[in-house]
Amino acid sequence: MPREVVDLPYQVEYLSILDEDGHVLDEDLEPEIPEDRLLRLHRTMLLARRFDERMLHLQRQGRIGTFAPVRGQEAAQMGIVAALRESDWMVPSFREQAASLWRGQSLESFLLAYGGFYQGNELPGNQMPEGSRNLPVAVPVGTQPLHAVGLSYAIQYRGQDDVVVTFFGDGATSEGDFHEAMNFAGVFQTPTIFVCQNNQWAISVPRSRQTNSETLAQKALAYGFPGRQVDGNDILAVYVAAEEAAERARSGDGPTMIECITYRLSMHTTADDPSRYREEEEVEEWRRRDPLPRFQAYLKQRDMLSDSDIEEAEEEILGEIQDAIDGAEERMEELANEELSMFDHMYAEMPPYLREQRDQLARELGRKEGNDA
Amino acid sequence: MPKMTMVDALNTALHQEMEQDDSVMVLGEDVGVDGGVFRVTEGLLDAFGEKRVIDTPLAEAGIVGTSIGMAIFGLRPVCEIQFSGFSYLAFHQLEAHAARMRWRSRGAYTVPMVLRTPYSGGVRALEHHSESREAYWAHTPGLKMVIPSTPRNARALLISAIRDPDPVIFYEPKAVYRAFREEVPEEEETWPIGKAQVVREGEHLTMISYGAMMRPTLEAADKLAQEDDVEAEVIDVLTIAPLDHHTFAESAKKTGRVVIIHEAPRSFGPGAEIVARLIESSFWYLEAPIRRVTGYDVVIPLFAYEKAYLPSAGRVLAAARETLESPA
Repeated sequence: MPREVVDLPYQVEYLSILDEDGHVLDEDLEPEIPEDRLLRLHRTMLLARRFDERMLHLQRQGRIGTFAPVRGQEAAQMGIVAALRESDWMVPSFREQAASLWRGQSLESFLLAYGGFYQGNELPGNQMPEGSRNLPVAVPVGTQPLHAVGLSYAIQYRGQDDVVVTFFGDGATSEGDFHEAMNFAGVFQTPTIFVCQNNQWAISVPRSRQTNSETLAQKALAYGFPGRQVDGNDILAVYVAAEEAAERARSGDGPTMIECITYRLSMHTTADDPSRYREEEEVEEWRRRDPLPRFQAYLKQRDMLSDSDIEEAEEEILGEIQDAIDGAEERMEELANEELSMFDHMYAEMPPYLREQRDQLARELGRKEGNDA
Repeated sequence: MPKMTMVDALNTALHQEMEQDDSVMVLGEDVGVDGGVFRVTEGLLDAFGEKRVIDTPLAEAGIVGTSIGMAIFGLRPVCEIQFSGFSYLAFHQLEAHAARMRWRSRGAYTVPMVLRTPYSGGVRALEHHSESREAYWAHTPGLKMVIPSTPRNARALLISAIRDPDPVIFYEPKAVYRAFREEVPEEEETWPIGKAQVVREGEHLTMISYGAMMRPTLEAADKLAQEDDVEAEVIDVLTIAPLDHHTFAESAKKTGRVVIIHEAPRSFGPGAEIVARLIESSFWYLEAPIRRVTGYDVVIPLFAYEKAYLPSAGRVLAAARETLESPA
């Protein structure tokens, strides 16, 4: 046979479980998640949404700096981390507030970090809860999946059965490091779950300008492992995809890529104006697929949630957020004079020349030399 | 004491560290079956197996990024980049992550990895195989930058680098790899990172160098003693970052005359930083302008002209004599 079609081991599958109104499309696919866990997911999703809105106000008022809003992508993140164990690792990019809240990060830590204080990353119970396995945010796009591969190689080497999830966006699939990470994971069959939040836009550049590929998920096929698409605004579909990928990884069958089809309802970061590059009609269309009301509709249909429950939760959440803001702003005031901490954590031990530079700054600031911040 | 080349000594260090600590991993291109293109990792695959001695796909950022993840987990990866001229493909992983993870996570996650890579000219190699760009790494807060010069200090420094809690860029002078043998004691030796070594004591002149340039420097020092009756103090920097300027300052205060020798390009090179620190610490003791003998600010030529580029004992000697002739 001089010409024949080469048989590839995987096809790209698209998975969705809820329709736009929260109705279950196929009950056989509906995951068995205990009611209290579903309600906790809803509570965290609502918190992520309201916190995002409030942070945007704080940024506009100049009380915190630039951040990347998560609005619209909550299900794509939470469906993934809800399917993980606490001992599994999460390697985020810079928009994973919803996933991080589920994994135990405090509101104060976000406010401190986006308020310009790295101490947000420092306090136990904050950005990295003690003993947690969440790496800090990675700002350079697409560079962090390699860390997930290294972590998962190490897990495998130590004979443990934890898995590593790494988040990135559609833009990141154009970066070389993304491809190196996928390739290493395929070669070494590491327990890595690559989660692409395809939110359609990399700042002003649409998904169609990142790649001529029909799907992003098919990139996995080139590296010899399965890639699948899910409705990223359907938390149940995301959960099922993540559960299956985690099961594969834990049982030694290697990596999976999940492409969550979602949409960034807000701006790239607070420094960006999306009206310069996308039409309001497009945003409106995606608002109809908003993951939050969809999940609420599902929970109502299952008689797990009522309008008054939501109202009550909304009120509680507003209070919780206000308390966090009050606490964080108080802490920022306390920390305002701790500039000397910039010399901490550069090395395990501070080299003599850094100590000299630190003393120099202390003199300039009129602080006691050698005072340990 | 066995006499070893630098390749043997580095190989011994890797065997010893992998033997006693199962968190030490070796990864890179051709490090397994082939034992590394310079044979520094020879025999490790047979001794420790393919889980720990990993032939990776050909991708520098992949090697370094994977090492970072392993190190965050708690392993001690020693990755090899085949030639330092290719390490720039992983520059962002080192600058954006290896150097900053401790800082970013406020000490929660650390990156105790070593990146070994051959540098230096003088081996008649192709383009990208001869350069000396240690300043890139030394300029990056959070990284440590080490360059041994002999088999014995190479073994001691590599062991220290593997045990170091911070990321270490470890440049191996390939011109020295098999150039000579030195006695290396059987028992384990380490050398503190961040500490220079006075390898020849003298009172008339201080010569500061490191890596492959230690040989022409020491040759010039011998000539000064034989022909000029001058005793030069020679300092081997060993750690480019964090730089041990106290050792230089002490010597400069004693001799008042300093020559710095490296094969890296002159502008913004390590010599510039050493000069600046000596001015800050020892200006009033100096009796002559400090001279730098360095590579030129050009791409290192292909090997037909590389001899003219690289500092030689003759060039070092001439600079030393000029420095000695300056009026007191």
